Amino acid sequence: MQDHLSATFAALSDPTRRGILARLADGDATVNELVEPFDLSQPTISKHLKVLERAGLISRRRVAQSRPCHLEARALLEVDAWLHRYRKVLEANFARLDGVLDTLKSERREKQTGKRGKRT
Amino acid sequence: MSNKPLDISRPSKLELRWTRVFDAPRDLVFAALTEPDLVKRWLTGPPGITLPVCEIDFRVGGRFRYVWEMPDGTRMGMDGEYKEITPPAKIVHTELFDEDWTGGETLVTTTLTEEDGQTRMTTTVRYSSEAARDAASKTGMADGVAHSYALLDTLLAE
Repeated sequence: MQDHLSATFAALSDPTRRGILARLADGDATVNELVEPFDLSQPTISKHLKVLERAGLISRRRVAQSRPCHLEARALLEVDAWLHRYRKVLEANFARLDGVLDTLKSERREKQTGKRGKRT
Repeated sequence: MSNKPLDISRPSKLELRWTRVFDAPRDLVFAALTEPDLVKRWLTGPPGITLPVCEIDFRVGGRFRYVWEMPDGTRMGMDGEYKEITPPAKIVHTELFDEDWTGGETLVTTTLTEEDGQTRMTTTVRYSSEAARDAASKTGMADGVAHSYALLDTLLAE
């Protein structure tokens, strides 16, 4: 599971591969159908597809002469769950930092009011 | 209470970056990042975890040390060195956990920009190797220990 997630993140680090996944979210597609929208050579697209397949993000089955690519939603859900967990912790820290900053701001306001009070 | 959005990205293979806006001028944000009494109040992750040790020698070449304590009493430490300090705009420091599960030091760059009294904080963590970054993310996930800086480090996202 852990190694699988690493491979998934590595696969997702490339914008073209993210684009391919976005395209596959609309439905299965063959290599040739992916070549056109991405304006890349067929071998380049194939290389990206291999990475996505190894990461478990897509699967490919044989249909007559073609091998259409299929988005594997489960792998994306794992990524989502993982991110959600870490995001939550960061958000908790930053929410507390918001509170600390609010305190600092009101302390500063009080100081400034105090100074003005002295001057008058 | 609704939190401000947190943006998480991966600018390169070895880097993770997160960005958040705070409703305060940046000198206050800078203080909250660098003064021990203030850091202790927020850098603690999920409920139940405290930061009993927070020592900061805030000068270039100076070191800092944080030790978190879990609800069961387990402690976990991290230290590092300040490499660049430009108040109130930028801090660059190294970080290394006692257990070194990040596979060597990481380099952390924090920048603060202010606009209309609000401060945008951008933190970029650079790992010493791709394997280190993955090790960090695995450890954090495997043990579920929620010390926040560890989690800041292990953050990884689209």
